[in-house]
Amino acid sequence: MSKLAHPVRGRRVHGIAGGITPAANKAASLRSRIMPCPLAPLYTLPLTQYKSVPLTPAVQAGDYVQKYQRLTTSANPDAAHVHAPTSGRIAAIRNCLIADRVETLAPCIELVPDGADTALGCSPVPDFRKLPTSELFQRIIDAGICGMGGAGFPVAQKLRLAQSADCQLLIINAVECEPFISADHALLRERAADVLLGAEIVQTVCRAARCVIALKRDMHAAISATRSALAHSTVEMLLVDSKYPAGAERQLIEAVTGMQLPAGSLPLEAGILMLNAGTTYACGQAVVTGSPCISRITTLTGSALTTPKNFEALIGTPVTFLLELCGVKQHDHTATVLGGSLLGVELASLAVPSTQTTNCLIAATSADLPQSEPELACIRCGYCADVCPVRLLPQQLHAFARNHAHAQLQDYGLTECIECGACDYVCPSHIPLVQYFRAGKQELRDATRHFEQAESWRTRFQQHQYRLKREKESARERRRPESQPTSAPVSRHSPAFSREQAQNEIAAAVARSKARQQARTNRLLASVPKSSGDPEDSGGVA
Amino acid sequence: MYPLIDTALIRLLLWAFLLLALLGLGVTAMRYWRRKLADQHSLVDRINALLPQTQCGACGFEGCLPYARAIANGQAINQCPPGGDGTIIRLGNLLNELPRTLNPAHGVVVEPRVAFIREDECIGCTKCIRACPVDAILGGPKLMHTVIARECTGCDLCVEPCPVDCIEMRPLGPDHSPRWVLPNSGSGTRTSLEVTR
Repeated sequence: MSKLAHPVRGRRVHGIAGGITPAANKAASLRSRIMPCPLAPLYTLPLTQYKSVPLTPAVQAGDYVQKYQRLTTSANPDAAHVHAPTSGRIAAIRNCLIADRVETLAPCIELVPDGADTALGCSPVPDFRKLPTSELFQRIIDAGICGMGGAGFPVAQKLRLAQSADCQLLIINAVECEPFISADHALLRERAADVLLGAEIVQTVCRAARCVIALKRDMHAAISATRSALAHSTVEMLLVDSKYPAGAERQLIEAVTGMQLPAGSLPLEAGILMLNAGTTYACGQAVVTGSPCISRITTLTGSALTTPKNFEALIGTPVTFLLELCGVKQHDHTATVLGGSLLGVELASLAVPSTQTTNCLIAATSADLPQSEPELACIRCGYCADVCPVRLLPQQLHAFARNHAHAQLQDYGLTECIECGACDYVCPSHIPLVQYFRAGKQELRDATRHFEQAESWRTRFQQHQYRLKREKESARERRRPESQPTSAPVSRHSPAFSREQAQNEIAAAVARSKARQQARTNRLLASVPKSSGDPEDSGGVA
Repeated sequence: MYPLIDTALIRLLLWAFLLLALLGLGVTAMRYWRRKLADQHSLVDRINALLPQTQCGACGFEGCLPYARAIANGQAINQCPPGGDGTIIRLGNLLNELPRTLNPAHGVVVEPRVAFIREDECIGCTKCIRACPVDAILGGPKLMHTVIARECTGCDLCVEPCPVDCIEMRPLGPDHSPRWVLPNSGSGTRTSLEVTR
């Protein structure tokens, strides 16, 4: 598969299967330039940038830290470290509320800025081509970048995987198909050259043969900026249909290469690496300026804000502080959504910090976010199947999820569902299909876990039974008398009786018995140090 | 004059036919037995796959596999307390039997539990180790024992043999990780924002 040359389709506009075209709602936040963010009174830096990579704080409460200073350590060399977004004093290291899909408590470093913003020195590189690849990679690792498209996977680990796999094609994802989000659009409009530079650096690191940047057809300003920047770059530009979810990983790969990834396989198995435009920009900055990733472009939008715009928000800025910068109409503001309008989650509390994955915050009014209408029965209209970008049958999956039919859910490919919400959007019966699917996936995961647990118990029970049987056999073996032929007993009164011979035989028997006893003692002695180490050898020890 | 019918030939043919028929019958019978044995095995396997594998012996058999064998030979399907109603329903579906309620003689449904040894009271007698059906207790003679919680099936079998009563069954703590639930089962989370169409 990886040897397959990817036929990137010409500069035509490509579509995806299904998809919807919701109102984009991006114009409001694109009216102004990307604004620098003033210093917040407090920064909350989560220590769990990505769930599987635990970080340990390298600072203590009360320490003074400078901007760009690394605040964490990790056993994993590719972990995405946390850096101080500004200079100041560490207030505390404690559990704070963060928005990780749902609000959870997680260990965080709290930093109170001193306002001086004194930075550690960085070593800028005028021309990255003069650096060896290993040095480029090290700079990206040191910058502590997480994927900014949504999942937040550490970029260093992704690049490490791409280096060991045979990476042919690098796709820079600037499609940003979800309504309301305009962070990548604004980034490309103003800093297209820097994004392309980042793309070239990543391409060098992962040794991809070609690099494509994918944009949506209606991002006019971004397209023209990218086009003019392309003159100095080897990167190719590709436009995809203005559909949702054209920017989902598998859908974009299909649009770019015309190839469907097999179910359950990773893009890297097909030699494709995909990075978000914001991530690429951060990689470029990490190499060129030598500074770690302490900010990202965050869209602040929604009808409850007076001036929606894009901010270069420092990591750890409180969400309330960001919203205040745009002027919240307090009496209209009914809810805040983290992420876009289709995949985003409604924040129950505003006391959460922004992170590297916070691409958008929507301060919604009741007009933006109407009360959900009551769920009606499925009328089998099939609109959901028409719009499903994975070509699944949502109405079937819905019925199976309701009935907990796990085998059918598996057969109908529930695990391939990307939870994009296109089916929800078109459903005339207002069925919250995605929630059914998430619950169904949860049930499948639980069932798999139970099955694996039961399998492990079953094998352990079998091994236990086998061990008992073997022990019984070896005990029988031990009890078997040693094969010493004894002479037939001779009567004392018979002529063949010899006193001498009898005494010899008695002495021999006593010696045998003593030897047996000695052997038993030796065996016991030998088994004592073994008893904790080798459970198979000694009788009662398991 | 030759005889019109060669009786010797006919006799030969008859014998050959009889032999062939016997052979065929034998082969068919052998196949049938094999098939039946295999079916029996696969049935036992399928029943065993539905049992919870706690190996607790509450059903009156030594473990889940012996109970599965017994079910395949006609034992009642409602003798497994750890499996609860779910297991009985699934067994009923497999064996085309009407589901019944759990036989109370074999115990009641309890929440998942795990054995815990109060380690400072343990005298190291290895009796619980011998009782554990899945070798989930670690320790040696006159050395402290402990339960490998991940492997413990919560079967209760180690509690009774302990001479100093230092083993207790503790319920597994509730799972606090966020879970998705089906929409109309109460605490549904709203996730998508309606956009003006």
